[in-house]
Amino acid sequence: MKPIIEIQALTKQYADGYLALDDVSVQINAGEIIALLGPNGAGKTTLISIICGLTTITSGSVGIAGFDVVRDYRKARSIIGLVPQELTLEPFETVLGTVNLSRGLFGKKQDKAHIESTLRQLSLWDRRNTQIRELSGGTKRRVLIAKALSHDPKILFLDEPTAGVDVDMRRDTWTVIKDLKRRGVTIVLTTHYIEEAEEIADRVAVINSGKIILIEEKNELMKRLGTKQLRIELERPISEIPESLRGFDVQFENGGARLVYRYDANRKQNDVHSVLEILTAEHIAIKDVQTYQSSLEDIFVSLVAEGRSS
Amino acid sequence: MNIYAMRAIYHFEMARTFRAPLQSIASPVISTILYFVVFGSAIGSRMTMIDSVPYGVFIVPGLIMLTVIMQSVANASFGIYFPKYLGTIYEPLSAPISPWEMVIGYVGAATTKSIALGLIILAVSFLFVPITILHPFVMLLFLFITSFAFSLLGFIIGICARNFEQLNIVPTLILTPLVFLGGSFYSIKILPPIWQTITLFNPALYLISGFRWAFFGVSDVPVTLSLAAIGFFSILLFGIVSWIFSSGYRLRN
Ligand SMILES: Nc1ncnc2c1ncn2[C@@H]1O[C@H](COP(=O)(O)OP(=O)(O)O)[C@@H](O)[C@H]1O
Ligand SMILES: [Mg+2]
Repeated sequence: MKPIIEIQALTKQYADGYLALDDVSVQINAGEIIALLGPNGAGKTTLISIICGLTTITSGSVGIAGFDVVRDYRKARSIIGLVPQELTLEPFETVLGTVNLSRGLFGKKQDKAHIESTLRQLSLWDRRNTQIRELSGGTKRRVLIAKALSHDPKILFLDEPTAGVDVDMRRDTWTVIKDLKRRGVTIVLTTHYIEEAEEIADRVAVINSGKIILIEEKNELMKRLGTKQLRIELERPISEIPESLRGFDVQFENGGARLVYRYDANRKQNDVHSVLEILTAEHIAIKDVQTYQSSLEDIFVSLVAEGRSS
Repeated sequence: MNIYAMRAIYHFEMARTFRAPLQSIASPVISTILYFVVFGSAIGSRMTMIDSVPYGVFIVPGLIMLTVIMQSVANASFGIYFPKYLGTIYEPLSAPISPWEMVIGYVGAATTKSIALGLIILAVSFLFVPITILHPFVMLLFLFITSFAFSLLGFIIGICARNFEQLNIVPTLILTPLVFLGGSFYSIKILPPIWQTITLFNPALYLISGFRWAFFGVSDVPVTLSLAAIGFFSILLFGIVSWIFSSGYRLRN
Protein backbone atom coordinates (compact mmCIF):
# COMPACT_ATOMS: atom_id res chain seq x y z
CA MET A 1 0.00 0.00 0.00
CA LYS A 2 1.26 3.45 -0.87
CA PRO A 3 1.83 5.65 2.18
CA ILE A 4 -0.60 8.55 2.59
CA ILE A 5 2.14 10.82 3.90
CA GLU A 6 5.61 10.68 2.42
CA ILE A 7 8.26 12.87 3.99
CA GLN A 8 11.53 12.80 2.15
CA ALA A 9 14.85 14.21 3.35
CA LEU A 10 13.07 17.12 4.97
CA THR A 11 15.28 19.84 6.39
CA LYS A 12 14.20 23.07 8.02
CA GLN A 13 16.49 25.90 8.89
CA TYR A 14 14.77 28.94 10.42
CA ALA A 15 15.69 32.47 9.40
CA ASP A 16 17.92 32.78 12.47
CA GLY A 17 19.98 29.82 11.25
CA TYR A 18 18.54 27.29 13.72
CA LEU A 19 18.33 23.79 12.24
CA ALA A 20 14.96 22.55 13.49
CA LEU A 21 14.66 19.50 11.21
CA ASP A 22 17.63 17.60 9.91
CA ASP A 23 17.08 15.22 7.00
CA VAL A 24 13.82 13.70 8.21
CA SER A 25 12.26 10.89 6.17
CA VAL A 26 9.08 9.21 7.36
CA GLN A 27 6.31 7.33 5.63
CA ILE A 28 2.90 7.19 7.24
CA ASN A 29 0.30 4.67 6.16
CA ALA A 30 -3.35 5.37 5.62
CA GLY A 31 -5.46 4.54 8.64
CA GLU A 32 -2.73 4.33 11.23
CA ILE A 33 -2.18 6.33 14.39
CA ILE A 34 1.38 7.48 14.66
CA ALA A 35 2.74 9.20 17.74
CA LEU A 36 5.61 11.63 17.39
CA LEU A 37 7.31 11.46 20.72
CA GLY A 38 9.96 13.95 21.71
CA PRO A 39 11.06 16.48 24.31
CA ASN A 40 10.29 20.20 24.01
CA GLY A 41 12.09 21.84 21.13
CA ALA A 42 12.64 18.53 19.32
CA GLY A 43 10.99 19.80 16.15
CA LYS A 44 7.55 18.18 16.40
CA THR A 45 5.55 21.36 15.79
CA THR A 46 7.93 22.39 13.02
CA LEU A 47 7.35 19.07 11.24
CA ILE A 48 3.57 19.36 11.49
CA SER A 49 3.66 23.02 10.45
CA ILE A 50 5.56 22.17 7.30
CA ILE A 51 3.16 19.41 6.33
CA CYS A 52 0.18 21.73 6.90
CA GLY A 53 1.68 24.63 4.98
CA LEU A 54 2.36 26.99 7.89
CA THR A 55 6.11 26.85 7.59
CA THR A 56 8.26 26.86 4.47
CA ILE A 57 10.57 24.01 3.50
CA THR A 58 14.33 24.53 3.37
CA SER A 59 14.95 21.31 1.43
CA GLY A 60 13.29 17.96 0.87
CA SER A 61 9.64 17.29 0.13
CA VAL A 62 6.34 16.22 1.62
CA GLY A 63 3.65 14.37 -0.31
CA ILE A 64 0.06 13.94 0.84
CA ALA A 65 -1.80 11.16 -1.00
CA GLY A 66 0.63 11.73 -3.85
CA PHE A 67 0.24 15.52 -3.91
CA ASP A 68 3.21 17.72 -3.12
CA VAL A 69 2.37 20.11 -0.25
CA VAL A 70 3.95 23.05 -2.06
CA ARG A 71 3.10 22.47 -5.72
CA ASP A 72 -0.31 20.84 -5.24
CA TYR A 73 -1.16 22.62 -2.01
CA ARG A 74 -4.89 22.78 -2.69
CA LYS A 75 -5.30 19.04 -3.13
CA ALA A 76 -2.86 18.21 -0.35
CA ARG A 77 -4.37 20.56 2.23
CA SER A 78 -8.01 19.82 1.47
CA ILE A 79 -7.74 16.39 3.09
CA ILE A 80 -5.85 17.57 6.18
CA GLY A 81 -7.20 18.73 9.53
CA LEU A 82 -4.94 20.43 12.05
CA VAL A 83 -5.40 20.83 15.79
CA PRO A 84 -2.69 23.29 16.79
CA GLN A 85 -0.71 23.15 20.01
CA GLU A 86 -1.83 26.54 21.28
CA LEU A 87 -5.47 27.32 22.10
CA THR A 88 -5.83 29.87 19.32
CA LEU A 89 -9.45 30.94 18.85
CA GLU A 90 -11.37 34.18 18.28
CA PRO A 91 -12.69 35.02 21.77
CA PHE A 92 -15.92 36.71 20.66
CA GLU A 93 -16.93 34.16 18.05
CA THR A 94 -19.41 31.41 18.88
CA VAL A 95 -18.57 27.72 18.73
CA LEU A 96 -20.86 27.17 15.75
CA GLY A 97 -19.60 30.28 13.94
CA THR A 98 -15.98 29.28 14.16
CA VAL A 99 -16.65 25.66 13.14
CA ASN A 100 -18.64 26.84 10.12
CA LEU A 101 -15.77 29.13 9.16
CA SER A 102 -13.39 26.16 9.19
CA ARG A 103 -15.56 24.08 6.91
CA GLY A 104 -15.84 26.92 4.42
CA LEU A 105 -12.11 27.62 4.47
CA PHE A 106 -11.47 24.05 3.43
CA GLY A 107 -13.72 24.46 0.43
CA LYS A 108 -16.79 22.56 1.58
CA LYS A 109 -20.39 23.55 1.31
CA GLN A 110 -22.16 24.15 4.63
CA ASP A 111 -23.52 20.90 6.01
CA LYS A 112 -25.66 21.32 9.11
CA ALA A 113 -26.02 17.60 9.77
CA HIS A 114 -22.31 16.92 9.63
CA ILE A 115 -21.49 19.89 11.87
CA GLU A 116 -24.15 18.81 14.34
CA SER A 117 -22.84 15.26 14.56
CA THR A 118 -19.26 16.50 14.94
CA LEU A 119 -20.28 18.85 17.75
CA ARG A 120 -22.34 16.15 19.43
CA GLN A 121 -19.49 13.69 19.26
CA LEU A 122 -17.30 16.20 21.10
CA SER A 123 -20.06 17.13 23.59
CA LEU A 124 -20.15 20.66 22.20
CA TRP A 125 -23.64 20.74 20.74
CA ASP A 126 -25.22 22.25 23.85
CA ARG A 127 -22.63 24.98 23.82
CA ARG A 128 -22.83 25.78 20.12
CA ASN A 129 -24.05 29.34 20.66
CA THR A 130 -21.63 30.13 23.47
CA GLN A 131 -18.85 32.62 22.91
CA ILE A 132 -15.44 31.03 22.98
CA ARG A 133 -14.07 33.29 25.71
CA GLU A 134 -16.56 31.73 28.12
CA LEU A 135 -15.23 28.19 27.64
CA SER A 136 -12.69 26.34 29.76
CA GLY A 137 -9.33 25.31 28.36
CA GLY A 138 -10.41 21.71 27.85
CA THR A 139 -13.56 22.75 26.01
CA LYS A 140 -11.57 25.13 23.81
CA ARG A 141 -9.34 22.21 22.86
CA ARG A 142 -12.45 20.29 21.82
CA VAL A 143 -13.58 23.25 19.73
CA LEU A 144 -10.24 23.13 17.95
CA ILE A 145 -10.77 19.44 17.28
CA ALA A 146 -14.27 20.14 15.97
CA LYS A 147 -12.88 22.80 13.65
CA ALA A 148 -10.29 20.38 12.33
CA LEU A 149 -12.96 17.74 11.73
CA SER A 150 -15.49 20.12 10.20
CA HIS A 151 -14.45 19.30 6.64
CA ASP A 152 -14.10 15.54 7.06
CA PRO A 153 -10.32 15.28 6.69
CA LYS A 154 -8.62 12.01 5.80
CA ILE A 155 -5.60 12.95 7.90
CA LEU A 156 -5.73 14.61 11.30
CA PHE A 157 -2.76 16.23 12.98
CA LEU A 158 -2.99 16.75 16.71
CA ASP A 159 -0.17 18.79 18.20
CA GLU A 160 0.04 17.85 21.88
CA PRO A 161 -3.71 17.34 22.21
CA THR A 162 -3.58 16.48 25.89
CA ALA A 163 -0.89 18.81 27.17
CA GLY A 164 -2.10 20.43 30.37
CA VAL A 165 -5.40 18.59 30.27
CA ASP A 166 -6.89 16.65 33.20
CA VAL A 167 -7.08 12.87 33.27
CA ASP A 168 -10.77 12.57 32.34
CA MET A 169 -10.39 14.94 29.46
CA ARG A 170 -7.35 13.02 28.27
CA ARG A 171 -9.33 9.77 28.24
CA ASP A 172 -12.14 11.48 26.32
CA THR A 173 -9.68 12.73 23.74
CA TRP A 174 -8.29 9.23 23.33
CA THR A 175 -11.79 7.88 22.81
CA VAL A 176 -12.38 10.45 20.07
CA ILE A 177 -9.09 9.58 18.41
CA LYS A 178 -9.77 5.85 18.48
CA ASP A 179 -13.21 6.51 17.06
CA LEU A 180 -11.73 8.48 14.18
CA LYS A 181 -9.30 5.69 13.46
CA ARG A 182 -12.22 3.29 13.25
CA ARG A 183 -13.67 5.57 10.59
CA GLY A 184 -10.45 5.31 8.62
CA VAL A 185 -8.85 8.64 9.50
CA THR A 186 -5.05 8.68 9.58
CA ILE A 187 -3.85 10.31 12.78
CA VAL A 188 -0.52 11.94 13.53
CA LEU A 189 -0.19 13.17 17.07
CA THR A 190 2.70 14.67 18.95
CA THR A 191 3.13 14.17 22.61
CA HIS A 192 5.69 14.08 25.30
CA TYR A 193 3.60 11.70 27.37
CA ILE A 194 4.90 8.21 26.82
CA GLU A 195 1.71 6.85 28.33
CA GLU A 196 -0.26 8.48 25.55
CA ALA A 197 1.83 6.88 22.83
CA GLU A 198 1.48 3.51 24.58
CA GLU A 199 -2.25 3.89 24.87
CA ILE A 200 -3.30 4.81 21.38
CA ALA A 201 -0.49 4.68 18.83
CA ASP A 202 0.04 1.97 16.23
CA ARG A 203 3.52 3.24 15.60
CA VAL A 204 5.84 5.44 17.57
CA ALA A 205 8.45 7.78 16.13
CA VAL A 206 10.92 9.33 18.52
CA ILE A 207 12.25 12.71 17.47
CA ASN A 208 15.03 14.66 19.10
CA SER A 209 17.03 17.69 17.98
CA GLY A 210 15.34 17.59 14.60
CA LYS A 211 16.20 13.97 13.88
CA ILE A 212 13.99 10.89 13.89
CA ILE A 213 15.94 8.52 16.07
CA LEU A 214 13.52 5.62 16.16
CA ILE A 215 10.37 4.60 14.38
CA GLU A 216 8.77 1.32 15.24
CA GLU A 217 5.51 -0.56 15.64
CA LYS A 218 4.29 0.02 19.13
CA ASN A 219 3.68 -3.69 19.66
CA GLU A 220 7.29 -4.46 18.77
CA LEU A 221 8.38 -1.82 21.18
CA MET A 222 6.11 -3.17 23.88
CA LYS A 223 7.55 -6.62 23.36
CA ARG A 224 10.95 -5.20 24.02
CA LEU A 225 9.51 -3.49 27.04
CA GLY A 226 7.86 -6.69 28.15
CA THR A 227 11.28 -8.16 28.79
CA LYS A 228 12.11 -8.27 32.46
CA GLN A 229 15.47 -8.81 33.98
CA LEU A 230 16.35 -10.68 37.10
CA ARG A 231 19.67 -9.29 38.33
CA ILE A 232 21.50 -11.56 40.68
CA GLU A 233 24.50 -10.09 42.49
CA LEU A 234 26.93 -12.82 43.53
CA GLU A 235 29.10 -13.00 46.64
CA ARG A 236 32.07 -14.10 44.53
CA PRO A 237 32.44 -13.67 40.79
CA ILE A 238 32.24 -16.89 38.80
CA SER A 239 34.18 -17.60 35.62
CA GLU A 240 31.65 -19.74 33.83
CA ILE A 241 27.89 -20.11 33.66
CA PRO A 242 26.98 -23.47 35.26
CA GLU A 243 26.00 -26.25 32.84
CA SER A 244 22.56 -26.54 34.44
CA LEU A 245 21.71 -22.90 33.57
CA ARG A 246 22.58 -23.19 29.88
CA GLY A 247 18.93 -23.70 28.95
CA PHE A 248 18.01 -20.28 30.30
CA ASP A 249 18.69 -16.82 28.88
CA VAL A 250 21.36 -16.01 31.42
CA GLN A 251 24.33 -13.76 30.90
CA PHE A 252 27.35 -12.50 32.77
CA GLU A 253 27.74 -8.93 33.67
CA ASN A 254 30.22 -6.99 35.73
CA GLY A 255 33.03 -9.50 35.21
CA GLY A 256 31.06 -12.46 36.49
CA ALA A 257 29.91 -10.70 39.68
CA ARG A 258 26.36 -10.42 38.33
CA LEU A 259 24.12 -12.82 36.49
CA VAL A 260 21.29 -11.40 34.41
CA TYR A 261 18.36 -13.59 33.55
CA ARG A 262 15.98 -12.17 30.93
CA TYR A 263 12.42 -13.42 30.81
CA ASP A 264 9.08 -12.44 29.35
CA ALA A 265 7.02 -10.69 31.98
CA ASN A 266 3.90 -11.04 29.87
CA ARG A 267 4.02 -14.81 30.17
CA LYS A 268 2.23 -16.17 33.19
CA GLN A 269 4.75 -18.87 33.76
CA ASN A 270 8.40 -18.10 34.10
CA ASP A 271 11.44 -19.74 35.52
CA VAL A 272 12.66 -17.27 38.10
CA HIS A 273 12.11 -19.86 40.72
CA SER A 274 14.06 -22.55 38.81
CA VAL A 275 16.99 -20.23 38.16
CA LEU A 276 17.30 -19.39 41.83
CA GLU A 277 16.99 -23.04 42.81
CA ILE A 278 19.72 -24.09 40.43
CA LEU A 279 22.05 -21.45 41.82
CA THR A 280 21.42 -22.73 45.34
CA ALA A 281 22.03 -26.30 44.21
CA GLU A 282 25.28 -25.21 42.59
CA HIS A 283 26.31 -23.56 45.90
CA ILE A 284 26.66 -20.17 44.28
CA ALA A 285 26.15 -17.64 47.04
CA ILE A 286 23.72 -14.84 46.30
CA LYS A 287 24.32 -11.37 47.72
CA ASP A 288 21.31 -9.59 46.33
CA VAL A 289 18.48 -10.00 43.84
CA GLN A 290 16.47 -7.41 41.99
CA THR A 291 14.09 -7.40 39.07
CA TYR A 292 14.10 -4.68 36.51
CA GLN A 293 11.70 -3.75 33.75
CA SER A 294 12.69 -1.21 31.11
CA SER A 295 9.89 1.09 30.01
CA LEU A 296 9.32 3.11 26.89
CA GLU A 297 10.50 5.92 29.05
CA ASP A 298 13.92 4.27 29.54
CA ILE A 299 14.27 3.66 25.84
CA PHE A 300 13.25 7.21 25.20
CA VAL A 301 15.64 8.67 27.74
CA SER A 302 18.54 6.58 26.54
CA LEU A 303 17.84 7.43 22.91
CA VAL A 304 17.64 11.10 23.69
CA ALA A 305 20.82 10.91 25.74
CA GLU A 306 22.58 9.12 22.88
CA GLY A 307 21.38 11.80 20.52
CA ARG A 308 22.85 14.47 22.78
CA SER A 309 26.25 12.91 23.18
CA SER A 310 26.70 12.26 19.47
CA MET B 1 -10.96 28.60 -7.05
CA ASN B 2 -12.13 28.08 -3.52
CA ILE B 3 -15.40 30.01 -3.57
CA TYR B 4 -16.54 28.58 -0.24
CA ALA B 5 -13.41 29.82 1.48
CA MET B 6 -13.78 33.37 0.17
CA ARG B 7 -17.40 33.34 1.22
CA ALA B 8 -16.53 31.97 4.66
CA ILE B 9 -13.91 34.66 5.32
CA TYR B 10 -16.24 37.35 4.00
CA HIS B 11 -19.12 36.25 6.23
CA PHE B 12 -16.88 35.86 9.24
CA GLU B 13 -15.52 39.39 8.80
CA MET B 14 -18.98 40.86 8.25
CA ALA B 15 -20.20 39.08 11.38
CA ARG B 16 -17.41 40.77 13.31
CA THR B 17 -18.98 44.12 12.41
CA PHE B 18 -22.40 43.13 13.62
CA ARG B 19 -20.99 41.74 16.84
CA ALA B 20 -19.78 45.21 17.73
CA PRO B 21 -22.22 47.54 15.92
CA LEU B 22 -21.54 50.36 18.33
CA GLN B 23 -17.87 50.45 17.49
CA SER B 24 -18.13 49.69 13.79
CA ILE B 25 -21.14 51.75 12.77
CA ALA B 26 -22.34 54.07 15.50
CA SER B 27 -19.02 55.64 16.36
CA PRO B 28 -18.06 56.81 12.85
CA VAL B 29 -21.60 58.09 12.33
CA ILE B 30 -21.51 60.04 15.56
CA SER B 31 -18.16 61.62 14.79
CA THR B 32 -19.45 62.64 11.38
CA ILE B 33 -22.46 64.30 12.98
CA LEU B 34 -20.09 66.18 15.29
CA TYR B 35 -18.16 67.45 12.27
CA PHE B 36 -21.43 68.67 10.80
CA VAL B 37 -22.38 70.48 13.96
CA VAL B 38 -18.98 72.08 14.40
CA PHE B 39 -17.88 72.80 10.83
CA GLY B 40 -21.20 72.91 9.04
CA SER B 41 -23.47 74.77 11.42
CA ALA B 42 -21.30 76.59 13.94
CA ILE B 43 -18.43 77.70 11.74
CA GLY B 44 -20.09 77.20 8.37
CA SER B 45 -22.76 79.81 9.08
CA ARG B 46 -20.01 82.43 9.08
CA MET B 47 -18.35 81.11 5.94
CA THR B 48 -19.03 82.30 2.43
CA MET B 49 -20.13 79.97 -0.32
CA ILE B 50 -17.38 77.95 -2.01
CA ASP B 51 -17.81 77.52 -5.76
CA SER B 52 -21.39 78.74 -5.23
CA VAL B 53 -22.07 75.83 -2.88
CA PRO B 54 -23.03 76.60 0.75
CA TYR B 55 -20.22 75.57 3.10
CA GLY B 56 -22.32 73.05 5.06
CA VAL B 57 -23.09 71.22 1.82
CA PHE B 58 -19.60 71.65 0.44
CA ILE B 59 -18.01 69.60 3.23
CA VAL B 60 -20.29 66.56 2.79
CA PRO B 61 -18.13 64.75 0.17
CA GLY B 62 -14.98 65.48 2.15
CA LEU B 63 -16.54 64.13 5.33
CA ILE B 64 -17.63 60.95 3.61
CA MET B 65 -14.18 60.48 2.08
CA LEU B 66 -12.51 61.09 5.41
CA THR B 67 -14.59 58.40 7.11
CA VAL B 68 -14.42 55.95 4.22
CA ILE B 69 -10.64 56.22 3.92
CA MET B 70 -9.95 55.93 7.64
CA GLN B 71 -12.47 53.13 8.19
CA SER B 72 -11.29 51.12 5.18
CA VAL B 73 -7.75 51.14 6.47
CA ALA B 74 -8.81 50.49 10.07
CA ASN B 75 -11.16 47.61 9.22
CA ALA B 76 -8.95 45.84 6.73
CA SER B 77 -5.76 46.20 8.76
CA PHE B 78 -7.47 44.99 11.92
CA GLY B 79 -9.20 42.16 10.05
CA ILE B 80 -5.91 40.56 9.07
CA TYR B 81 -3.77 41.72 11.99
CA PHE B 82 -6.07 40.42 14.73
CA PRO B 83 -5.92 36.75 13.56
CA LYS B 84 -2.16 37.17 13.28
CA TYR B 85 -2.06 38.50 16.83
CA LEU B 86 -4.33 35.75 18.18
CA GLY B 87 -2.64 33.01 16.20
CA THR B 88 -5.90 32.04 14.50
CA ILE B 89 -4.27 32.91 11.18
CA TYR B 90 -2.96 29.32 11.25
CA GLU B 91 -6.28 28.22 9.82
CA PRO B 92 -6.51 30.21 6.59
CA LEU B 93 -2.81 29.56 6.12
CA SER B 94 -3.29 25.80 6.34
CA ALA B 95 -6.44 25.85 4.21
CA PRO B 96 -6.49 25.11 0.49
CA ILE B 97 -6.75 28.76 -0.51
CA SER B 98 -4.49 31.05 -2.48
CA PRO B 99 -3.26 34.36 -1.09
CA TRP B 100 -5.44 36.25 -3.56
CA GLU B 101 -8.52 34.41 -2.38
CA MET B 102 -7.65 35.56 1.10
CA VAL B 103 -7.41 39.13 -0.19
CA ILE B 104 -10.83 38.87 -1.79
CA GLY B 105 -12.36 37.60 1.45
CA TYR B 106 -10.74 40.11 3.81
CA VAL B 107 -10.56 43.14 1.53
CA GLY B 108 -14.01 42.40 0.10
CA ALA B 109 -15.54 42.50 3.58
CA ALA B 110 -13.71 45.71 4.53
CA THR B 111 -14.77 47.32 1.23
CA THR B 112 -18.41 46.39 1.79
CA LYS B 113 -18.38 47.90 5.27
CA SER B 114 -16.84 51.14 4.05
CA ILE B 115 -19.31 51.54 1.22
CA ALA B 116 -22.19 50.90 3.60
CA LEU B 117 -20.76 53.39 6.05
CA GLY B 118 -20.28 56.00 3.31
CA LEU B 119 -23.91 55.61 2.28
CA ILE B 120 -25.11 55.81 5.89
CA ILE B 121 -23.20 59.05 6.40
CA LEU B 122 -24.63 60.41 3.17
CA ALA B 123 -28.10 59.56 4.42
CA VAL B 124 -27.38 61.27 7.74
CA SER B 125 -26.14 64.36 5.86
CA PHE B 126 -29.54 64.73 4.24
CA LEU B 127 -30.91 65.37 7.70
CA PHE B 128 -28.65 68.41 8.11
CA VAL B 129 -28.30 70.00 4.70
CA PRO B 130 -30.04 69.93 1.33
CA ILE B 131 -27.86 67.96 -1.08
CA THR B 132 -28.20 67.24 -4.75
CA ILE B 133 -25.97 64.73 -6.45
CA LEU B 134 -25.28 65.66 -10.06
CA HIS B 135 -23.52 62.43 -11.06
CA PRO B 136 -24.72 59.63 -8.76
CA PHE B 137 -22.99 56.83 -10.69
CA VAL B 138 -19.65 58.57 -10.69
CA MET B 139 -20.20 59.18 -6.98
CA LEU B 140 -20.77 55.45 -6.40
CA LEU B 141 -17.78 54.59 -8.56
CA PHE B 142 -15.53 56.85 -6.49
CA LEU B 143 -16.98 55.45 -3.30
CA PHE B 144 -16.31 51.92 -4.48
CA ILE B 145 -12.78 52.44 -5.76
CA THR B 146 -11.77 54.45 -2.71
CA SER B 147 -13.16 51.85 -0.31
CA PHE B 148 -11.44 49.06 -2.20
CA ALA B 149 -8.08 50.77 -2.62
CA PHE B 150 -7.81 51.84 1.01
CA SER B 151 -8.99 48.43 2.24
CA LEU B 152 -6.17 46.97 0.18
CA LEU B 153 -3.80 49.44 1.82
CA GLY B 154 -5.16 48.39 5.21
CA PHE B 155 -4.58 44.74 4.35
CA ILE B 156 -0.95 45.52 3.53
CA ILE B 157 -0.52 47.43 6.78
CA GLY B 158 -2.09 44.58 8.75
CA ILE B 159 0.19 42.00 7.14
CA CYS B 160 3.31 44.05 7.79
CA ALA B 161 2.50 45.30 11.30
CA ARG B 162 4.27 43.52 14.13
CA ASN B 163 2.31 45.18 16.94
CA PHE B 164 -0.72 47.37 17.53
CA GLU B 165 1.41 50.50 17.52
CA GLN B 166 2.68 49.85 14.01
CA LEU B 167 -0.91 49.23 12.98
CA ASN B 168 -1.75 52.82 13.89
CA ILE B 169 1.35 54.57 12.57
CA VAL B 170 0.26 54.89 8.94
CA PRO B 171 -3.32 56.04 9.66
CA THR B 172 -2.39 58.62 12.27
CA LEU B 173 0.91 59.91 10.94
CA ILE B 174 0.27 59.76 7.20
CA LEU B 175 -3.37 59.32 6.26
CA THR B 176 -5.07 61.74 8.64
CA PRO B 177 -2.81 64.70 7.69
CA LEU B 178 -3.06 63.88 3.97
CA VAL B 179 -6.85 63.71 4.03
CA PHE B 180 -7.24 66.86 6.13
CA LEU B 181 -4.77 68.81 4.01
CA GLY B 182 -6.17 67.38 0.78
CA GLY B 183 -9.16 69.71 0.89
CA SER B 184 -11.74 67.76 2.88
CA PHE B 185 -13.03 70.97 4.40
CA TYR B 186 -11.95 73.61 1.90
CA SER B 187 -11.20 74.18 -1.72
CA ILE B 188 -7.50 74.55 -2.36
CA LYS B 189 -8.34 77.67 -4.34
CA ILE B 190 -8.52 79.53 -1.05
CA LEU B 191 -4.85 78.68 -0.36
CA PRO B 192 -1.89 80.88 -1.32
CA PRO B 193 -0.47 79.80 -4.74
CA ILE B 194 2.59 78.10 -3.30
CA TRP B 195 0.45 75.88 -1.06
CA GLN B 196 -1.84 75.10 -3.95
CA THR B 197 1.15 73.75 -5.86
CA ILE B 198 2.36 71.73 -2.87
CA THR B 199 -1.12 70.27 -2.37
CA LEU B 200 -1.06 68.93 -5.93
CA PHE B 201 1.40 66.32 -4.63
CA ASN B 202 -1.13 65.10 -2.07
CA PRO B 203 -2.89 62.02 -3.48
CA ALA B 204 -5.91 62.58 -1.21
CA LEU B 205 -6.66 65.80 -3.08
CA TYR B 206 -7.49 63.88 -6.26
CA LEU B 207 -9.89 61.59 -4.47
CA ILE B 208 -11.73 64.30 -2.61
CA SER B 209 -11.84 66.59 -5.61
CA GLY B 210 -13.20 63.88 -7.89
CA PHE B 211 -15.78 62.81 -5.35
CA ARG B 212 -16.89 66.41 -4.88
CA TRP B 213 -17.21 66.80 -8.65
CA ALA B 214 -19.66 63.89 -8.65
CA PHE B 215 -21.81 65.89 -6.22
CA PHE B 216 -21.55 69.48 -7.41
CA GLY B 217 -19.87 69.40 -10.80
CA VAL B 218 -17.05 71.58 -9.49
CA SER B 219 -13.54 70.40 -8.62
CA ASP B 220 -10.01 71.49 -7.81
CA VAL B 221 -8.48 69.16 -10.42
CA PRO B 222 -10.10 67.65 -13.54
CA VAL B 223 -12.17 64.57 -12.71
CA THR B 224 -10.34 62.45 -15.29
CA LEU B 225 -7.11 63.20 -13.49
CA SER B 226 -8.77 62.09 -10.26
CA LEU B 227 -9.81 58.77 -11.79
CA ALA B 228 -6.34 58.25 -13.27
CA ALA B 229 -4.76 58.95 -9.90
CA ILE B 230 -6.91 56.49 -7.95
CA GLY B 231 -6.43 53.91 -10.72
CA PHE B 232 -2.68 54.32 -10.52
CA PHE B 233 -2.81 54.08 -6.72
CA SER B 234 -4.80 50.81 -6.90
CA ILE B 235 -2.34 49.27 -9.35
CA LEU B 236 0.54 50.28 -7.11
CA LEU B 237 -1.17 48.57 -4.15
CA PHE B 238 -1.78 45.42 -6.19
CA GLY B 239 1.91 45.39 -7.05
CA ILE B 240 2.87 45.67 -3.38
CA VAL B 241 0.50 42.85 -2.40
CA SER B 242 1.91 40.57 -5.12
CA TRP B 243 5.42 41.33 -3.99
CA ILE B 244 4.55 40.57 -0.36
CA PHE B 245 2.97 37.25 -1.36
CA SER B 246 5.86 36.20 -3.56
CA SER B 247 8.27 36.81 -0.69
CA GLY B 248 6.42 34.46 1.67
CA TYR B 249 4.25 37.36 2.81
CA ARG B 250 5.53 37.62 6.31
CA LEU B 251 3.06 35.08 7.59
CA ARG B 252 4.97 31.85 7.08
CA ASN B 253 8.30 31.15 8.79
N1 LIG C 1 10.09 30.73 14.02
C1 LIG C 1 11.17 30.19 14.58
N2 LIG C 1 12.38 30.76 14.41
C2 LIG C 1 13.48 30.21 14.94
N3 LIG C 1 13.50 29.07 15.66
C3 LIG C 1 12.32 28.46 15.86
C4 LIG C 1 11.11 28.96 15.33
N4 LIG C 1 10.11 28.13 15.68
C5 LIG C 1 10.67 27.15 16.40
N5 LIG C 1 12.00 27.34 16.52
C6 LIG C 1 12.96 26.47 17.20
O1 LIG C 1 12.95 25.21 16.59
C7 LIG C 1 13.05 24.18 17.56
C8 LIG C 1 11.91 23.20 17.40
O2 LIG C 1 10.70 23.81 17.79
P1 LIG C 1 9.33 23.05 17.76
O3 LIG C 1 9.16 22.45 16.42
O4 LIG C 1 8.28 24.00 18.21
O5 LIG C 1 9.56 21.91 18.85
P2 LIG C 1 8.52 20.98 19.61
O6 LIG C 1 7.18 21.17 19.02
O7 LIG C 1 9.05 19.60 19.43
O8 LIG C 1 8.56 21.39 21.04
C9 LIG C 1 13.06 24.86 18.91
O9 LIG C 1 14.39 24.91 19.37
C10 LIG C 1 12.54 26.23 18.64
O10 LIG C 1 13.14 27.17 19.50
MG1 LIG D 1 5.47 21.80 19.83
